[in-house]
Amino acid sequence: MKDTAQHTKGKVSGIIANLVIVQVDGPVAQNEICFIRHSDTPLMAEVIKVLGDKAYVQVFESTRGLQPGMEVDFAGHMLEATLGPGILSKNYDGLMHDLNTMTGVFLKRGEYTAAFDTEKKWGFTPLAQAGEKVTAGSWLGEVRENSIPHKIMVPFKLEGQYTLQSLAGPGEYPVTETIAILTDSRGQEIPVSMMQQWPVKRAVKAYQGKPRPFKLLETGVRTIDTLNPIVEGGTGFIPGPFGSGKTVMQQAISKQAEADIVVVAACGERANEVVDLFTEFPELDDPWTGRKLMERTTIIANTSNMPVAAREASVYTAMAIAEYYRSMGLKVLLLADSTSRWAQALREMSNRMEELPGPDAFPMDLPAIISNFYSRAGIVYLNNGQTGSITFIGTVSPAGGNLKEPVTESTKKVARCFYALSQQRADSKRYPAIDPIESYSKYLEYPELQKTLNEKIAPNWINLVEQLKNILLRGKEAAEQINILGDDGVSIDTHLVFWKAEAVDEIILQQDAFDPVDARTPIRRQKYMADKILEVTGTNLSFDSYEEVNPYFKRVIATLKQMNYSEFESEGFRQYEEELRQILEERKTG
Amino acid sequence: METRAFQRIYTKIEEITKATCTIRASGVGYEELAMVAGRAAQVVKIIDDRVTLQVFAGTEGIATNAEVVFMGKAPSLKVGEALAGRFFNAYGEPIDGGPKAEGEEREIGGPSVNPVRREQPSELITTGIAGIDLNNTLVTGQKIPFFADPDQPFNQVMAMVAMRAKADKIILGGIGLTNDDYLYFKNVFENAGALHRIVSFVNTTEDPPVERLLVPDMALTAAEYFAVEKNEKVLVLLTDMTLYADALSIVSNRMDQIPSKDSMPGSLYSDLAKLYEKAVQFESGGSITIIAVTTLSGGDITHAIPDNTGYITEGQLFLRRDTEIGKVIVDPFRSLSRLKQLVIGKKTRADHPQVMNAAVRLYADAANARTKLENGFDLTDYDERALEFARAYSERLLAIDVNIDTEKMLEIGWELFARYFSQAEVGMKQELMDKYWKAD
Ligand SMILES: Nc1ncnc2c1ncn2[C@@H]1O[C@H](COP(=O)(O)OP(=O)(O)OP(=O)(O)O)[C@@H](O)[C@H]1O
Ligand SMILES: [Mg+2]
Repeated sequence: MKDTAQHTKGKVSGIIANLVIVQVDGPVAQNEICFIRHSDTPLMAEVIKVLGDKAYVQVFESTRGLQPGMEVDFAGHMLEATLGPGILSKNYDGLMHDLNTMTGVFLKRGEYTAAFDTEKKWGFTPLAQAGEKVTAGSWLGEVRENSIPHKIMVPFKLEGQYTLQSLAGPGEYPVTETIAILTDSRGQEIPVSMMQQWPVKRAVKAYQGKPRPFKLLETGVRTIDTLNPIVEGGTGFIPGPFGSGKTVMQQAISKQAEADIVVVAACGERANEVVDLFTEFPELDDPWTGRKLMERTTIIANTSNMPVAAREASVYTAMAIAEYYRSMGLKVLLLADSTSRWAQALREMSNRMEELPGPDAFPMDLPAIISNFYSRAGIVYLNNGQTGSITFIGTVSPAGGNLKEPVTESTKKVARCFYALSQQRADSKRYPAIDPIESYSKYLEYPELQKTLNEKIAPNWINLVEQLKNILLRGKEAAEQINILGDDGVSIDTHLVFWKAEAVDEIILQQDAFDPVDARTPIRRQKYMADKILEVTGTNLSFDSYEEVNPYFKRVIATLKQMNYSEFESEGFRQYEEELRQILEERKTG
Repeated sequence: METRAFQRIYTKIEEITKATCTIRASGVGYEELAMVAGRAAQVVKIIDDRVTLQVFAGTEGIATNAEVVFMGKAPSLKVGEALAGRFFNAYGEPIDGGPKAEGEEREIGGPSVNPVRREQPSELITTGIAGIDLNNTLVTGQKIPFFADPDQPFNQVMAMVAMRAKADKIILGGIGLTNDDYLYFKNVFENAGALHRIVSFVNTTEDPPVERLLVPDMALTAAEYFAVEKNEKVLVLLTDMTLYADALSIVSNRMDQIPSKDSMPGSLYSDLAKLYEKAVQFESGGSITIIAVTTLSGGDITHAIPDNTGYITEGQLFLRRDTEIGKVIVDPFRSLSRLKQLVIGKKTRADHPQVMNAAVRLYADAANARTKLENGFDLTDYDERALEFARAYSERLLAIDVNIDTEKMLEIGWELFARYFSQAEVGMKQELMDKYWKAD
C-alpha cells in the first residue's frame, strides 16, 4: 500500500445509487477505504475502480443527500478487521461494528462502533520466552475468552523473522497495552499489543502446510454425518430454492457441530433469522461443552435491508475472524447464508460501473472470486506444529431454483460437499430436504477419511454407508417402476425394495429440526440406527399379496420413528425396539 | 406541493426520456425531490453538474424550458393521528375530498431497524381460516405474500384476513389497483365500521405506473409511525407487488441499466427486501406485519418477481380452487409460513404441529391416489380412505369460508384421523395419540 503519512483527499463528483465518483488529488489504491464527509458524518466507502484522477467508490451506507463537492478523506489502508480478545459472543454488522453498542432502534449512517471493549482487562499468561525467534502468528501468550484459550499472536502483518526481546509477565492488561517488544533483523523495535488489524480480503498465511482433510466434523444431522459427511477443514454448499430448508439446516449445524468456534455470516438474508440466533444462542447449550452456545459464536449480520456494499464485506470479515481463531489451533466452523446475495451485490456494482457482463449479468470474474474465497478454508499445520481448521459451508439461492446458474456452477467447482435441497422433498415435508442421490461428499472417497471413520465409528462403517446408499438408489428405481406399471404390475419384491428405501428415508434421512430429541443425533446413535435399519432391510419377510406390504411397513416405520423421538437407550426406546422385533417376527422367514 | 422562496428555479432541460429528464444544476442532493413542470420527480443520478430526475408521472408534454424546482429534501410524508381513516394518493395527498393531513414530516424509505433491537416475533395472528391458522400460522412482525393468479379472489381473501386479524391499524398500499377493487376495499372497511383504524395510499390503474414506486414506502412510513411512536400493532396490505416490480423495470430500462433475469433490474432482490424487511416486532410491543399480493403469470413461480419475493418473505400463501368441493382453499402443499414454529405448539395446543403435519401428509397420499386413478390404476383400500379423508379435510377445514378457532380445527383433525385411519397410518408421537385419539 502507498505511503500512509500523507493521505489523499478528494471531492465527490458523481452519484449513482451507492456508487460514488470521487475526484482525487493524489495517489489512491484499489480497495482503499475512504470516508465521505456528509455534514459532520463520515460515510465509509471502498475504492473499486480508478480511472485517471477519478476513483469509483462503493459506499457502505445509503447515499441519500450526498452532493457533488463533498469532501472525501482516503484512509491509506484497505478494509480491515480488528482482531483481539472480545470478538466471541459479539453481533457485528458487515464491517465489524458492534451492533449492540449502537444507539437507538434504527441504524444511523456513519455510526461506527468499536469491534470490542478496549478498556476491559484480560488475564494474560505468557507462552513464549524472551530471545525466541518468532514470525507472524507465533503464540506469545494466552488469555481466557469465554473459557476458550485465546492465543495472543505476533501480528499477521509482520513479514519475516523477529526476535522476542521482551514479553509481559502474567497479569491483567487491556488489549491496547504493549505486551511484547520484537526486534527485526536491523534491531528496530516493534511493540506488540493484544490487538491487531488485518485486511479482510487477504488470506492469512501464517501456517506451514494445508493437508487434505481427514477427520469427521460431527453435525448431528444424520443425512450429513452418515451419508455424506463434512470434515474438519472441509468445504460444502447447500443450494436450494426458497423455502427448501437452507437456513434451518445451517442453523442446526451451527448449534450442534463439533466446533470450538462458530462464525455465522448472515449475508443479505432476513433480519428475523438473525434475531432467532440472538434470542436462542444465549439460552441454548453447546452439546459439546455444556456452556451456552453464544460463548463460542460470533454473528456477522448484514441483513437484506442493510447496505448492499457491506454485504460483500460481511463474508470477508467473517473469514478474517475465522482465520484469526484458526491460527490459535482451534476448530472453526464458518457458515454463510447466502453466498448468492454476496454475488448479487457484486453484480449490482459491476452493472453500475457498466462493466462487460458475464452470464446472467454477473461479473466475469465471479468464478475466480468464489474459488478464491472457498480456498481460504481448510485444516492447517501451524508453524508450531499444532493444527487448526476452518470448515466452511455456504448456502446458495439459485434464481428460480435452477442449479444451472453461475453462482451454483462456480461453487460446485470448488466446494467438496454438495447438499442439494430438493423442492419435491420440501413440498412433501420430507425434511431435511437434502436429495440423497444427487448430493455427495467427495471426502468419503479420501482413504485418510475412510480410515478415521472406520476407527471412530465401526470397522466396516464405509461399507454400511454404501449399503444404505444402495438401498436408496434401488428404492428410487422401484418407485419409478411402480409409477409406470402400477401396484399390481410389479412383483412383490419390487414393493419390498421400495418400502425398504422408504424406511431408510423416513428413519435416517428425515429428521425433525424442531424436536428436542430428534434434532441432534450423536454419531454413536447414528451408528446404532444404521445397524437397526440394515437389520430390518436385511430380514427376509414373506407376503401373500402386495397389498399387505404397505400397511406392514407403515407399522415398521412408525415404530422406528418412535425410537427416533425417544431418548437414546431409554426405557421407551427399548420398548419400541422390542415392539419392532415382534413386528419383524410376524413375517420373518428362513 | 408548495414551493419555497429561497429555492432555485432551473428552466433549461437538456435531455428528456419517457421517464427521466436531465438538467445542469448545483447544490442538489442524491434522492432529492424536485418538481418538473409541477410534476413530482426524484434525483436518480448525478454526474458533475448533470442531474438526472425520474419524473413519476412520466415526461409526456414536458418542454425543454419547463420549470424545475428542487425541494431540498427526499420525498416525505406528514405523519400523525390525522392519517387514520384517510385515503391518499402515491404522494400522500388526500383523494377523499378531505383536508391535507397535518403532522410531523418524515422522509420515506428511512433507515433500517438495528437487528439487535428487534424482538423475535411471537404473537399469533388468528384469522379463523384453517389453511392459515392451522397449517400456516401467521405471527406479528411477519411478511408474507399471496402468490395468486390474476383471476383469483386474492383481494377479497386479504380483506377478510385484515378484518379478522386484531390489528390496531391497517394500512392499505394499493399499487395499480383497479378502481373496482379500490371501491371494494373502501366498502369492506366502511361496512365493518373499521374506517377509523385504516389508512390507505392508493395508486389505481388510471394513475401513471411509475408513481407506484412511492406507494409501499408511503404505507410503510405511516406504519412505522404508528408502530414506533404509538406502539401499535400495524398490518400493512400491499397489493399488487408485481406491478411495483414492473414499475422498477420500466425505470431501470429507461436508464439503460443491464437487465438481469426476466428483464428485471439486477437490484430487484435488494429493492424488494428493503420494503419487506420493514416488517418488524419491536421490544415496546409495536409491530409491523406485511401481507402482500404477488400476482403470477401463468402460475410460474420461477419468474424473477415471485422468485425474489419468495427468497425475501417468510413464506407464501397459495390459493387454489379445490374441484372436489368447488371452493377456494389455501393450498396446503405449496403454502408455507416460516414463522409458524415460533408459535405453534407453544401459543397453541401442544399437538398442533403434529396434527398439521399428519393431515398434510395424508392429504398428499390422497393426491397420489388421485394420480393413480387418473392413470387408470386400481386403488387400494388405503387409497380409497385417503381420498375420502381429503374431501372431508377440504370441506371442513381448508375451505376459505370456514371460520373457527384453532382448538376446534385440531378437534376436527383428530376426528377425521380416527374416522379414516389407524394410529399406525397417522404415525404421530404415541403420547399425543394416547391423549387425543378419538376412539369411536
Ligand atoms: N429439518 C426441518 N424440520 C422441520 N421443518 C423444516 C426443516 N427444514 C425446513 N423446514 C421448514 O421449511 C421452512 C423453510 O426453511 P428455510 O427457512 O431453512 O428455507 P431456506 O431454504 O433458507 O429458504 P430461503 O432461501 O427463502 O431463505 C422452515 O421455516 C420450516 O418450516
Ligand atoms: Mg434461508
